[in-house]
Amino acid sequence: MNPHRKIGDVILKAENISLSFGGVKALTNISLDVREHEICAIIGPNGAGKSSMLNVINGVYHPQEGRVSYKGHVRDSMHAHEAARHGIARTFQNIALFKGMSVLDNIMTGRNLKMHTNFLQQALYWGATQREEIRHRRKVEEIIDFLQIENIRKTPVGRLPYGLQKRVELGRALAAEPTLLLLDEPMAGMNVEEKQDMCRFILDVNDEFGTTIVLIEHDMGVVMDISDRVIVLDYGKKIGDGSPEEVRANPDVIAAYLGTSH
Amino acid sequence: MASPQALQVNAHAPSRPALDTFPKLLLNHAAVRGNRPAMREKDLGIWQTWSWAEVAAEVRAIACGLAARGFARGDRLAIIGDNRPRLYWSMAAAQCLGGVPVPLYQDAVAEEMVFVLQDAGARFAVVEDQEQVDKLLEIRDRLPTLTHIIYDDPRGMRHYQHDGLHSFAEVLGDGRVHHDEHPHFFQSEVDGVGADDIAIMLYTSGTTGNPKGVAHTYHSMIVTARNSIEAEGLSDQEEVLAYLPMAWVGDNLFSYAQSMVAGFCVSCPESSETVMTDMREIGPTYYFAPPRVYENLLTQVTIRMEDASPLKRWMFNYFMEHARKTGTRIVDGQPVSMIDRLGYWLGNLLVYGPVKNVLGFSRIKLAFTAGEAIGPELFDFYRALNINIKQLYGSTEAYVMVCVQPNGQVKPDTVGTPAPGVEVKIADSGEVLFRGPGVFHSYWNRPDATAETKTDDGWVLTGDAGFFDDDGHLKIIDRAKDVGKFTQGGMFAPKYLENKLKFFPYIKEAVTFGDGRDHATAFINIDLSAVGNWAEKRNLPYTGYTDLAGQAPVYELIRECVEKINADLARDPRLGHSQIKRFLILHKELDADDGELTRTRKVRRKFISERYGVLVEALYSSQESCMIDAQVKFEDGRVGNIRATLKLCDVQTYPLATA
Repeated sequence: MNPHRKIGDVILKAENISLSFGGVKALTNISLDVREHEICAIIGPNGAGKSSMLNVINGVYHPQEGRVSYKGHVRDSMHAHEAARHGIARTFQNIALFKGMSVLDNIMTGRNLKMHTNFLQQALYWGATQREEIRHRRKVEEIIDFLQIENIRKTPVGRLPYGLQKRVELGRALAAEPTLLLLDEPMAGMNVEEKQDMCRFILDVNDEFGTTIVLIEHDMGVVMDISDRVIVLDYGKKIGDGSPEEVRANPDVIAAYLGTSH
Repeated sequence: MASPQALQVNAHAPSRPALDTFPKLLLNHAAVRGNRPAMREKDLGIWQTWSWAEVAAEVRAIACGLAARGFARGDRLAIIGDNRPRLYWSMAAAQCLGGVPVPLYQDAVAEEMVFVLQDAGARFAVVEDQEQVDKLLEIRDRLPTLTHIIYDDPRGMRHYQHDGLHSFAEVLGDGRVHHDEHPHFFQSEVDGVGADDIAIMLYTSGTTGNPKGVAHTYHSMIVTARNSIEAEGLSDQEEVLAYLPMAWVGDNLFSYAQSMVAGFCVSCPESSETVMTDMREIGPTYYFAPPRVYENLLTQVTIRMEDASPLKRWMFNYFMEHARKTGTRIVDGQPVSMIDRLGYWLGNLLVYGPVKNVLGFSRIKLAFTAGEAIGPELFDFYRALNINIKQLYGSTEAYVMVCVQPNGQVKPDTVGTPAPGVEVKIADSGEVLFRGPGVFHSYWNRPDATAETKTDDGWVLTGDAGFFDDDGHLKIIDRAKDVGKFTQGGMFAPKYLENKLKFFPYIKEAVTFGDGRDHATAFINIDLSAVGNWAEKRNLPYTGYTDLAGQAPVYELIRECVEKINADLARDPRLGHSQIKRFLILHKELDADDGELTRTRKVRRKFISERYGVLVEALYSSQESCMIDAQVKFEDGRVGNIRATLKLCDVQTYPLATA
């Protein structure tokens, strides 16, 4: 862990969130908070409600009860594009990139919200549009440099191996210059080397840009290594919250993972 | 006119100070062709260009910045990193101050750098990025002389707070201030360095023992560079891509010395993975690569053609066949009939042009290769495409140039005639000796080794065994000390056999044994992409290198290759004894990180035969398989074990041809 990094005040606070789909209770009365600049992991067995929680945070799902406050703005529900405008970006469990487009273009789509010229100007590609594109391209190139993917800049994403596609997806999320980055299983299906690279990039993003990161991950080694704090969900309930050491020692967590009765 | 302008300036302006060091050449270019491009680098996807005038200003700032931190005449400056403009400029900056740059192999692990840094006694180091800084910090307690580390790329360096660690921006800033305060300092430093001062120290890769620092003077480097520029007709219009390790003498000659003498532009690739793309974009006119690179390019073309549509494949095969007949004759300037020329023109339109474009060879005028023997097939392929590829024979001690193939007299199995100004002779023992202007000054701190290698009258022992053929071309067989004998007599030249094996696209690396035995045997490394592709075509599933290497059909494939060599050897009465009777395919790729290859990827035969002693013994027994447990070092520095049972395979040998 990096000793120089300063963890700030709470920027995201979820209070008493309950979410159900018909009779299925996905989340029950969950409260959690995320501090500025921290790396916070959400773990739990399959179906525990981890992805639902992320979806609540960035406004894809609207919980029946509870409220989320982000940077002091309290809200009951928020639309996904509002979340994006407020600086929340995410990646997905199943890669959601444009397979036929190049790496560069895919990352460029992450700049969408930052583009201010209108359709007509863009169609003419003159003056302000041109200058804007150059500015965005520069930012995208900085991300390509940061993630060390110069060699695949012009390769269609569909032709890349899985680990690299994940990296491109991270790049697209970074293109939005987020303050809060939500990563849904960024290391699923990767080999050891790819995981190490991804860990390095997540830590670098956090360190270089001060981005707050909430991630869902199954690899316990990874979670314990890179997280400042771990939140454990099981059957839609929060059963643990604390530093990796605390969570590791928590009997409820052990029970949920190992299935012991007590 | 082919001869570069710099030479004319030198010749016609005797009142000017002699251009006898690289800094003086650089300042001359800044004055004569200040606006012409000197260096390019791709940054954030866009090629950035620096003119000669800009480069001179940068070098001055770096030099003054180094001087402000105490760098003085005779100090050694370690340079570690990929080919980056600022690292080349640091080299020039050190030379401005009468210091000696010492480039190191950037992919060496920290442990391997200790010796060179200690031996050179470097006080300053200029490095590329965080990775290299971390390595130096790791070994810093063993490097008492190293007081200053300067890094180019600031990424990830924000929290580093070590003494003597400076960013490039700091050094440049201090340098500019220093220059404003002492405006005459820089010029007087540059004027104070002369032709006979030490310009650089290049460490030999160390196939045997510790690396030795080969010190060259400005005189030997500049004369060698100038001779080769004149002989090949190079000008300040050339385009070169600097992508080979900076620590290697070849890169120093082609990307630094020749550029400084002729005034042509050198481009640095974006990263080591983008070299192919960068080649295409830059379109070099003059190119150097070890045979391995040409091999990889040909393998890629072959693999991609196998996946192409039948029509394209037919076109490729048809026109390549035509090119092999006529293309080589065209390169050599021999007469070719009108019909054949027309066919070649059509082929160029449909096949050769596009292929050359993909390889980045569209503008190539001259391509060199050296270091190891190059397969005749490989040679013909490039020459058929009208690429004037030539072999040269050189060494760090000669500042590369010993022998070069003259235009129009290129033979795959020789390395050509002595380079301009160089004399070559063969000792009674068969060892090759040379003498000339490029001969090194001395080995750093090693008068004993200098005396062993360089005779009093200037002849240098190369350690290579060879002979001149009937046309006066030198033919190198092997390292003189590696040439062994079979128990029943007959010469055993391991490298000769290994090269023959490696000419097959399926074989990436080979190690042969036979000295003091009654026959030859071999370890084989298959080429994963070529054999992988071959396996895919046959629906042969495999998980990785180890799995593929152990499969019976792959053994069969390699056995056929070895048999072909045996048949070939049987025809040569001098080498017919060295037919390979048994071989095995290694379960892992030989790797420089495990010490099995040198950093320039030459096999360390002795190390391998000790490490895999069990396997060598098994090859000379009647066993059919053998267990091996070998340690491997992963790229992150961790150490692990790979255990495998290897099959041993017998090969048919042929009776010797009777003359």
